[in-house]
This record gives sequence, C-alpha cells and structure tokens, in this order.
Amino acid sequence: MKTSTPPPFDPNDPAGIDDLLSADEKAVRDSVRQLCAQRVDPYVADWFERGTIDDVRGLAKELGALGVLGMHLDGYGCAGMSATEYGLACLELEASDSGIRSLVSVQGSLAMFAIWRWGSEEQKTEWLPRMAAGEAIGCFGLTEPDIGSDPGSMRTRARRDGDDWVLDGRKMWITNGSIADVAVVWAQTDDGIRGFVVPTTTPGFSAPEIKHKQSLRASVTSELVLDAVRLPAGAVLPEVRGLKGPLSCLNEARFGIVWGALGAARSSLQAALTYAGERTQFGRPISGFQLTQAKLVDMSLEYTKGLLLALHLGRRKDAGTLRPEQVSLGKLNNVRESLEICRTSRTILGANGISLEYPVIRHMNNLESVLTYEGTVEMHTLILGQAITGQSAFR
Amino acid sequence: MNIVVCVKYVPDAQAERTFNASDNTTDRENVDGLLSELDEYAVEEALKLAEAGEGEVTVLTVGPDSAADAIKKALQMGADKGVHVNDAAIHGSDAVATSLVLAEAIKKIGSVDLVITGMASTDGTMGVVPAMLAERLGLPAVTYASELTVDGGVATIRRDGDASTQTITATLPALVSVTDQINEPRYPSFKGIMAAKKKPVDTWSLADLGVDASQVGLDAAWTRVESFAARPPRSQGQIVTDEGDGGQKLAAFLSERKFV
Repeated sequence: MKTSTPPPFDPNDPAGIDDLLSADEKAVRDSVRQLCAQRVDPYVADWFERGTIDDVRGLAKELGALGVLGMHLDGYGCAGMSATEYGLACLELEASDSGIRSLVSVQGSLAMFAIWRWGSEEQKTEWLPRMAAGEAIGCFGLTEPDIGSDPGSMRTRARRDGDDWVLDGRKMWITNGSIADVAVVWAQTDDGIRGFVVPTTTPGFSAPEIKHKQSLRASVTSELVLDAVRLPAGAVLPEVRGLKGPLSCLNEARFGIVWGALGAARSSLQAALTYAGERTQFGRPISGFQLTQAKLVDMSLEYTKGLLLALHLGRRKDAGTLRPEQVSLGKLNNVRESLEICRTSRTILGANGISLEYPVIRHMNNLESVLTYEGTVEMHTLILGQAITGQSAFR
Repeated sequence: MNIVVCVKYVPDAQAERTFNASDNTTDRENVDGLLSELDEYAVEEALKLAEAGEGEVTVLTVGPDSAADAIKKALQMGADKGVHVNDAAIHGSDAVATSLVLAEAIKKIGSVDLVITGMASTDGTMGVVPAMLAERLGLPAVTYASELTVDGGVATIRRDGDASTQTITATLPALVSVTDQINEPRYPSFKGIMAAKKKPVDTWSLADLGVDASQVGLDAAWTRVESFAARPPRSQGQIVTDEGDGGQKLAAFLSERKFV
C-alpha cells in the first residue's frame, strides 16, 4: 500500500472518477464543453424563455464540424468514437440544456442510427454524410397522439400502390420535426411495422410546431402529419421488420440519456453549491448549515453513483456486452436521481431557484420531459421487473 | 513553410499550484497540467498559416513525461508532428537553459522558416524565452504580435502598446511571439482527436541534442527561488471618502493603475 499524499480533493468530483477516463475521453469532453460554453451557455436561458433556438441550423453545423452528430457510428462521415465518448458528450451537452442534447440524440441515435443500422447503401450515402456534418437535420417519428408506451398499436399505415408506398397517419412529440430535412417514420404495413426514410419536402408531409411547452423550450417539438405521402420503393428501410427496428434506435438514445441527465444534475448541483457558499443568512453562508450540507452531500452521492453507473454501462456498450435491460436500469435511475438533484438544488436557491438567471429551474423543467420520453418510469420499471422475476406485467 | 511552435506544459491554473518543498521548484507532478493557454494562440496562428498555404507545423516542448500531453493537445488541434525533449537533468532549468535546449532542438529539426511562441508561460510568466531563443538561433525576433501575416518571405506583425501601435517586419526565417489578442484558438474536433493518435512524436534527450547536462538544470540556473509563502488573504479594499473630491480621487486611483 502506498502512503504518499493523495491529490487534492475536488468538490466537483468527490470520488475521483476522472481517474477512470482516458486522455482522449477527457479531450472529447473538453471540446464539447468548450463548444457549449461559447455557443450555447450565454444564450440558452434566453432561448428557453422565448421558446426557440436562434440559428439552429448554424448550431447544427458547428456540432457537425466538431464531430458530435452520429459520433458513435462508423463510416459515412461519422467520427467513429466510442460509446463512452458519446456518453461524455451527451453529459456536457445536457449540462448546457436538455434541449440541445435532445437535438443531438435525435439526430445521431435515432434518425442517423436507424439509417446506419437498417438502411440501404443508397440511403446511407444519400443522408449520413450530410447529417454527420449538420447540413441535414433528421427527426424520428414513432410516438402518435394516442400511442406512447405501446408502439405496436400504432395507427400510421403504409400501403403498397404498385412499387410505391403511400403513408397516412400522425406522429406526435417529434423533436426536430419542423426543422428536419428527413424524417424516419415507422408505420404499420401488411408485413408488420416498417421504417421509411421520408424527405420532408415530399408532398403530403407537414410538421407543425407544438407550442405552449413548459419543458424543453430550447428545442423544436412538432407533430408530423402524413397525408397520402407517396414514396418510392427505395424509401423503406430494407433491413428490419417489426418493433425491433424502432426499439433498437430507442436503446441507443436511452444510453445517451443515462449520461445526459447527469449533465443537468451537475449543472444544478454546481449552481447550488456556489449559491450556498455565497448566500448569507443568520450571519453565515447557508452552506454552513447542517440541513443544507445534508442536501449538498446527498446530491453529490447520487451524482457520483449515477456517473459510475453510466461509465460502467458505457464500458459494457464498448465491449458489446450491454443489454437493453441494463440501459433501462441506467435511464430509470439516472433520470430519476438527476431530477431529484435539480429539485433539491432549487430549494437551496430559494426564490432565485425559479429564475432563469440560474440554470436550475430550466434543468428541472427539462428533466420532467426526459423522465417520461424514451420510455416512462413505469415502462423501465416493468422491463426490469420482467427481467428480474421472469414475469411480464405489461404484455 | 516549416513552422515550429514552442509550447509549455504548465500546472492548471484552476487547480491548487504549489512548489516542491525539497528544491523550491514548481510542483509539476502532483497537479493536473495542460498546454499553456497562452501557447494555444501560437498553435492556432501556426495552423492558420499552414492551412492558408503549403506548410507543416511541428510542435516542440521541453518537459517531463507528462508534458507529452501538451504536444498531444496541439496535435489534436491540427499540428503535424511533435518533438518532446525529455531529460531528468533539465529539471529546475531557468529561462537561459530552456532557451538553449529549445534552440538546439530547433537546429536538429532543421530548415525552419518560422518559430512561433506564446507571449509568456502561464506558470513562470517571465516572457523572456522568445527573445533568448531568437538570439541563440540568430533569428530576428518580432515579439508580442497581435496580428501576423507572412508574405513573400517577410513576416509582418502588429504590436499594440500602451501609447502606440507598431507595425514591424522581419525577413524569414524569424521568430514571432504572439499575444492572446491575435486569434481565437480552436478546440480539437473529434476527427482531430482521432488523427492525433497516428501523428509522429520524437522524444529526444540532452545527448541527442549535444547539450551537456551541466549547462542545464537547477545547478546551472542563474536564478533560483529562495523561499516561497502562500499569498496572504485578500486585505480590505481602500475606502475613498467623498469630501467633495470623490470623483477626482477615484480618477486618480484608476489612472495610477493605468485603468484610464
């Protein structure tokens, strides 16, 4: 056992988890942080307040130039980074705002992954390089107005008409919908659920933006309306049939959320820690009160445990041993605990906690969406319940 | 155009920086380090020049094993290759010895058109190495550039002073030190991070450079830190009492410190 003096304590990394990251992984993290610090952080509270992202296409191109879009995919202009590096990027993006991480998740893990994993060579060469560069934006249509956790019951249909396909139906809560150049749309066919690559300029396709959100306001959310959208035979994703197609994509995106949610938590926790050190009541900083310290320490513990879990799942994904149930475990725990951290941070900031002057209420409101999208708490609980007991409680 | 950028690996200013108790040198082992931020401007300027025409950027550092990280960062930003002079005998070297090692390394790299440095390191903050290095190499030194153009074998810089702005030219080969006003350093793209893994880095010892160990290190240093103490806690600010002349007092206070 060595007895030398240990390195100094880092309040932002109390367990020293940084030791577990390689130099390249830290470089990826630093670059994403730097982009966010310059391009997102100064503006995002204002975007949130106004419910828009200024120059979202410019931002997408900058994210593309850095290499973030579809970063964990190989070839076709994608950066070919590891799953762990993708996770670290999601954490940094969501430390800025869940809306920005959602933009990247939907682009890379849902739209690009669907084409990369299940698409034809023509579909890949047509779309992936432009999407990796941020020149084309993608969205992913699975959820419908009446269909959420049970996508097998979807009503959107694709029927054959000669060689063509004709799509009818509606999709709801679609991130990037109104700004997308291409939509990956899932629909019922006589042959089970199939995926379609739909250029958003196709007649019959429209994507009105959903307004009046109180969460993910720095993110475009839309409805997709498919009114007799006629597509050529080559528009169908040839390599997959059934729910496995969309669920494989969700699994990718959920992995990013396992990490991303921690970013929102970290930002809120740091804001609370700083605030508690500066806010004086009864003649001393409130960080000196036992009740506040208990909150700060509890948040630190949960953040640290969540980060260890995310890192472990990332290593498993890179080793090819990560199971979907384990992604459910990570998503369930890390979003739940991150939301709790945001709420607790909010109480430390008192009334200031509800102001957009601080990031806390923004993160807290954002995580209310993250809690239920990409699988609700209930669904992930039942997936794990089934995995642990061998009995399905929902099918 | 062959460009050499001299960079330094320094303790992270965000972390707790200390001296070694044994010899009063900067502790570079027990603290996170990074490529000196002031040197990022030098790397960026070299990359811009290389990208604008034909050029190769070699990044050069002198330091312990950990200093390889500074080279790596520069390679990730886009530099083509690295040279790391690493020799235990260099520990404790002053600016004079550092400039000697850098000069010999640049001679060994050979056929260099332009040497670019930062304006100072963020740890020692002496800022004398660029001039010493130019002297040893027999190159014109144009320092503190806040703008640099190279055209037709001539480097032209703008130097912003307190009272004047100077335009200075030097024929190549030359040495240019740049300020933090000259550009906005890029951050490494993921492609840059991946590409850096395959870029060559040569590691040279003093023997490789023909430098005798007695010329460098703490024993050969012209200066040494005799003692050090923690900075005292910040004292209370100066209170200006307005007796009808508050404005004048404030103006005097500010101009004394060159704020106005």
